[in-house]
Amino acid sequence: MSRLLDVNNLKVNFKTYGGEVKAVRDVSFHVDKGEVVAIVGESGSGKSVTVQTIMGLIPMPPGIIKGGSIKFQGKEILGASKRELRKVKGSKIGMIFQDPMTSLNPTMIVGKQIAEGVIAHQKLSKKEAKIKAIEMLKLVGIPNAEERYNQYPHEFSGGMRQRAMIAIALACNPELLIADEPTTALDVTIQAQVLELMKDIQKKTDTAIILITHDLGVVAETAQRVIVMYGGMMVESGTVYELFENPRHPYTWGLLNSIPDVEGPEKKKLIPIEGSPPDLFSPPKGCPFAPRCKFAMDICVEEMPGNFEIGEGHLAKCWLNDSRAPQVEHVFAREEEKAIAVGSEK
Amino acid sequence: MVEKIEEAGKKNTAENLVEIHSLKKYFNIKKDVTVKSVDDITISIRKGETFGLVGESGSGKSTLGKTVVGLQSPTSGDIIYNGQNVLQLDKEAQRNVNKEMQIIFQDPHASLNPRMRVGDIIAEGIDAYKLFKGKDRTNRIYELLAQVGLRPEHAKRFPHEFSGGQRQRIGIARALAVEPKFIVADEPISALDVSIQAQVINLMEELKESEGLTYLFIAHDLGMVKHISDRIGVMYLGKMMELSNSDDMFRNPLHPYTQALLSAIPKANPRAVKKERIVLQGDPPSPTAPPSGCRFRTRCPHAMEICALQEPQWKEVEDEHWVACHLY
Repeated sequence: MSRLLDVNNLKVNFKTYGGEVKAVRDVSFHVDKGEVVAIVGESGSGKSVTVQTIMGLIPMPPGIIKGGSIKFQGKEILGASKRELRKVKGSKIGMIFQDPMTSLNPTMIVGKQIAEGVIAHQKLSKKEAKIKAIEMLKLVGIPNAEERYNQYPHEFSGGMRQRAMIAIALACNPELLIADEPTTALDVTIQAQVLELMKDIQKKTDTAIILITHDLGVVAETAQRVIVMYGGMMVESGTVYELFENPRHPYTWGLLNSIPDVEGPEKKKLIPIEGSPPDLFSPPKGCPFAPRCKFAMDICVEEMPGNFEIGEGHLAKCWLNDSRAPQVEHVFAREEEKAIAVGSEK
Repeated sequence: MVEKIEEAGKKNTAENLVEIHSLKKYFNIKKDVTVKSVDDITISIRKGETFGLVGESGSGKSTLGKTVVGLQSPTSGDIIYNGQNVLQLDKEAQRNVNKEMQIIFQDPHASLNPRMRVGDIIAEGIDAYKLFKGKDRTNRIYELLAQVGLRPEHAKRFPHEFSGGQRQRIGIARALAVEPKFIVADEPISALDVSIQAQVINLMEELKESEGLTYLFIAHDLGMVKHISDRIGVMYLGKMMELSNSDDMFRNPLHPYTQALLSAIPKANPRAVKKERIVLQGDPPSPTAPPSGCRFRTRCPHAMEICALQEPQWKEVEDEHWVACHLY
């Protein structure tokens, strides 16, 4: 597979009255052609800032890029001139935002918002662009596309607006689609429609997708690789199977344990992650998760763990994976209870 | 036989904390345009249970919750709390009933007054009902803060100094302040991160035990609803579609809408056998002009001729499993 996007040691800060917030601290990952990579994490973990930096959407100031590189198809786009960026942004990389209500222009008909990008990037005439826009509306499953072309965003429902956003993002046949919580604002039935649509389009066009979400169910169903972020860092990454079946970071364990099991017959107590995310003004010098971690050792507070390679492409930033660390096995909430039940029977 | 049925009926009312009888709440949004947010709903909530209410946005679930606690007056219908018809009580008695019914809101950012200190926010109910004064009031605030896992020094701070999860705890403490028996939780966790959601849910379950509470839990996250609820009601465009205990609902959903809702939940297991997902076509119809007959028929994969002509009856198809659908 050919490498599409390569992010290396990215560091992004924000200047505020209270000091500098270290929003993204040393993030490195890559996306290959045609694959779906999910980024999960809580609010404030830096996932949105990471992708917004890729898109060049971070306002500077207050944003400061402290270092790193972002290569798209082998070309550095971090710090590239506006003109160069324009060739990439919107045409080779498309983006879908979380809230379709605020990301569409309310004073402009939806069709024109789709045509806009095509005219700018593919140098089509207005007439051709209109045809293309209607074609896109049909592609994303909006009925009466000709009529809908002339309507304003407020005449669309939430799910349709998100479809329109997808149409805009895909109009120029991008190589990479960045979807920042595309279904968070939608109802489950509409979420199912939108996810289905994205998977469908991904198959048809072989577009790579970076999917930001906090719903592990969505991750399991759509992604091939997963990146878990916490406190501005990548704490674990690997294939979706590795992450769900052999997670090696206590934060990932916590995430997996705090979602209810829909399929099991009985109710189990949820095991939440106690405490709250770190303060990124002055992040701890050790592991950012250490204060909330049940298994934290002395070294976790003192020194930042490196990336331990667990398997091929499976990295975990946790001292527990050091050969000198005590062996702690992750027990799933359900299995733990099973174990207790078995124990009491004896 | 008749006696037996009557007896059973009585027994049921004794167990019920809140009964809602043919409740309707209509909004006139324009001349001649009426939104029937809650349209003829009858449910009873038993003492000590958690009743989960699910549905898409616009299904009327929040309106139902707000109407039950008296934040909105119903267009018609009755609300029976502990055997008394709330709407027929005089003002004084209604105030006392309202004290026992509290609500927790969805958005912890919008539901706390940003210019009030947390202690005063929590004590709002205490002050309104003149329950405690001076030192007792302060002690009560500390006690409430401790109950929801916050510290006494938090009383002096303002809402913006807290995270989303902590704010939701403050909202819970405020609801607990007047020692309610019944709490409507209107999407209490949808604005929170996954790891924090579990904290708040566990807190709510603990409080239910220790304070002997009854919950009406409104949400659209079906996983969490299943986790916390004893029984679940499914709403669509102002109507109740299905009602049963939560295990039955998940094991054997009867209504095509419930089936679609359940199949739409993404499973957190990458190896899960991908069942054929029922993807509903289209969006929910406008609540100003709901379809004739069954309201779900425009998106229903099993729609028949009769569905457009006649509204399905609310039937008990299996023991304690109610559904409104012509298939049954």
